[in-house]
Amino acid sequence: MPMRRRLAVFLAALLLIVVSAPASVFVTPAFAVNPDEMLADPALETRARKLSAGLRCLVCQNESIDDSNADLAKDLRLLVRERLKAGDTDEEVIDYLVSRYGEFVLLRPRFDWANLALWATPVVVLLCGGLLALATISGRRKRRGPTELSAAEEAAIERITAGRR
Amino acid sequence: MIVEIGHFALVLSLSVALVQSVLPMLGARRGDQRLMETGTIAASGGFVLIAIAFSALMASYVTSDFSVLNVFENSNSRQPLLYKFTSTWGNHEGSMLLWVLILAFFGALVALFGRDLPATLKANVLSVQAWILAAFLLFILLTSNPFQRLDPAPMEGQDLNPILQDVGLAIHPPMLYLGYVGFSIAFSFAIAALIDGRIDAAWARWVRPWTLIAWIFLTLGIAMGSYWAYYELGWGGWWFWDPVENASFMPWLAGTALLHSALVMEKRAALKIWTILLAILTFSLSLLGTFLVRSGVLTSVHAFATDPARGVFILAILCLFIGGALVLFALRASALEGGGLFAPISREGALVFNNLFLTTAAATVLVGTLYPLLLEVVAGEKISVGAPFFDLTFGPVMVPLLFAVPFGPLLGWKRGDLLGAAQRLYFAAGCALAALVGILAYTGGTKILTAFGFALAFWLLFGSLTDLFSRAAFLKKGWRTGLARFVGLPRSAFGTALAHFGLGVTLLGIVSVSSFQEEVITTMAPGSSVEIAGYSLTFDRIAQRPGANFDAQAVHFSVRRDGVVMTEIDSSKRFFPVRQMTTTESGIWTHGFSQLYVSLGDPSADKQSIVVRIWWKPLVTLIWIGAVFMAVGGAFSLADRRLRVGAPERSRRKASLAEA
Repeated sequence: MPMRRRLAVFLAALLLIVVSAPASVFVTPAFAVNPDEMLADPALETRARKLSAGLRCLVCQNESIDDSNADLAKDLRLLVRERLKAGDTDEEVIDYLVSRYGEFVLLRPRFDWANLALWATPVVVLLCGGLLALATISGRRKRRGPTELSAAEEAAIERITAGRR
Repeated sequence: MIVEIGHFALVLSLSVALVQSVLPMLGARRGDQRLMETGTIAASGGFVLIAIAFSALMASYVTSDFSVLNVFENSNSRQPLLYKFTSTWGNHEGSMLLWVLILAFFGALVALFGRDLPATLKANVLSVQAWILAAFLLFILLTSNPFQRLDPAPMEGQDLNPILQDVGLAIHPPMLYLGYVGFSIAFSFAIAALIDGRIDAAWARWVRPWTLIAWIFLTLGIAMGSYWAYYELGWGGWWFWDPVENASFMPWLAGTALLHSALVMEKRAALKIWTILLAILTFSLSLLGTFLVRSGVLTSVHAFATDPARGVFILAILCLFIGGALVLFALRASALEGGGLFAPISREGALVFNNLFLTTAAATVLVGTLYPLLLEVVAGEKISVGAPFFDLTFGPVMVPLLFAVPFGPLLGWKRGDLLGAAQRLYFAAGCALAALVGILAYTGGTKILTAFGFALAFWLLFGSLTDLFSRAAFLKKGWRTGLARFVGLPRSAFGTALAHFGLGVTLLGIVSVSSFQEEVITTMAPGSSVEIAGYSLTFDRIAQRPGANFDAQAVHFSVRRDGVVMTEIDSSKRFFPVRQMTTTESGIWTHGFSQLYVSLGDPSADKQSIVVRIWWKPLVTLIWIGAVFMAVGGAFSLADRRLRVGAPERSRRKASLAEA
């Protein structure tokens, strides 16, 4: 999704109102990908952009290297493009970056045991919730005939109807 | 002097809140009318005191009183007047003060407009409200005092963060807080009901309007923030899955679920326990958001609360309220038995389905936001969870829900007729199919996902209106009778239809922008042109434009189509000398529902040319227009007679008087 490349941090700042951080590195709206970095081959460049959107700028907060204007992000963007030019597949580029910078560089954590809780949560919540809801709905329907009145309610009816009779 | 009055009023409001947190509840226990009534006075008085404190802070901002530390750090005498006002909450201390102001405001509203509430319920609600208020007032006074003085007073302040110098700051935070904090009322009602051990359909009827009000503001607040980020950041993005955004989105998801489950409780007295739990969870997520943002735990730019005392304090508040509420829930919930029975395929069933998916969505966002923090604490490993994760998980959870939306209002209570509902949706299904085929044909069959996205959007758009049109029976009864019936439909039916329609509108915008956006990133010099989406953009000239507290560099573009000038666009960068920061002011041309978006990058080394980023964003405005539809739908629902508590009773009373 080409749409989702953005500067999380900035938004945060905005969205949240409150930022009054001391003048710090993060606000220099120079932009990410610059024309001089782009590859001549459009197919390769498209791949580079796609890969960049999923890679984290390590010195930024939740920003992809495609969005970040930090020097490190620029280095990584160039690195990604170099690897692509050298003929790496997408996976090879990612593996290379992970081997250098660790999993922290991936904006989408890998599917593995360590991240089981992360990836499984939606499925588990949905399944458990769904089963619980079904069990409750059908269980209550089976369990219950017409509601029994409590002794106090019986007495109250007795009182009321007695007055009528 | 004014500052000291403000400080004093804030301290006084804490003592009033402490009184309010004990006496009314005690009165409710003992059945003492007079003790219970202290709640009304304390809640309104407390609000007035906090309003005085807030005004005092605002006054020192407007008069640029730099002897106040907070004012010195976050404003500058050369700011335009509007930003002097908004600077009041453009910082940690001030925004917390706004937070408690709004909390006290809601408490005062309940005190003043809750006359029809049973006295004990009202007293308990006000006391619970005061617990929250007292905790946060204590937090402000002990760790984040906005009234701290500075001696000697500096001549000039350090300015407000330039990205916050925008009208957005005037609207977005108050709206967002009205939403966030408004959910405290639902929370207080839930706790009060648990303490009372009694809950019924009337409870849901009282809670729903408050939840609706909060939800309307939160919806608008989030949409407003999204648009603000969109035009201010210069990236053309409208949602970033940033932890701080997620912090406001989670309460929205849970609050939306709460609105729907309260409906079941009100109509059918079912889902009581779940609704209570949801009311607790919704406000807990608001508190969690406050914690995430205020404590600095996210270690990001908004983590300016570097003082760990603040983080620990809010964490304590968080644990106390969420933990306490859940314990109380565990102890008391089993006492709340019963409610109407229903078949899985029924209106209630549909609303349970809604709750299931919204809760899952909220859980997904929650785990995605907290997981990196937890993993770092527990295992010492650092991982990142960003947009690609949420796109992959949140999206699939929403699809079945969105598909089911049009069915909900068409199903009957207790036992619904799925086939019958489906038959009434044939028109919507036809439209969706047409969209599917149309997009496939248009893209030459290459964009299958896009086609399904459009189909889903059209399904929602027309499916949402189906209930209104079939109830008006234009086809069966003719347009005249149909129109009369249409006008006579309950406002809540319009509310539902509009809000669901808005969902479709937003989805249409999202799908359209995600699939058909065009982008050009290039270097331009005066006189050069680029082509995008059939338009030709010419770089006319560049000019310097000094502002009140910044210097702007503006580029003037003209937009042509087939040689005819369509419009002119100004896009600029602003440099703020006090903070040594630069912001972008994107140039945006709205054409129909679409926009042409131009933002400036860095100039080249020889200063002869500049990097320009241009996007064509088809139907992008629908994303936010949809949110407005949702909010208007909420307002319709709020205006429904059914929700005006006591209204039917009063008119009935009048009627019986007339008979007599």
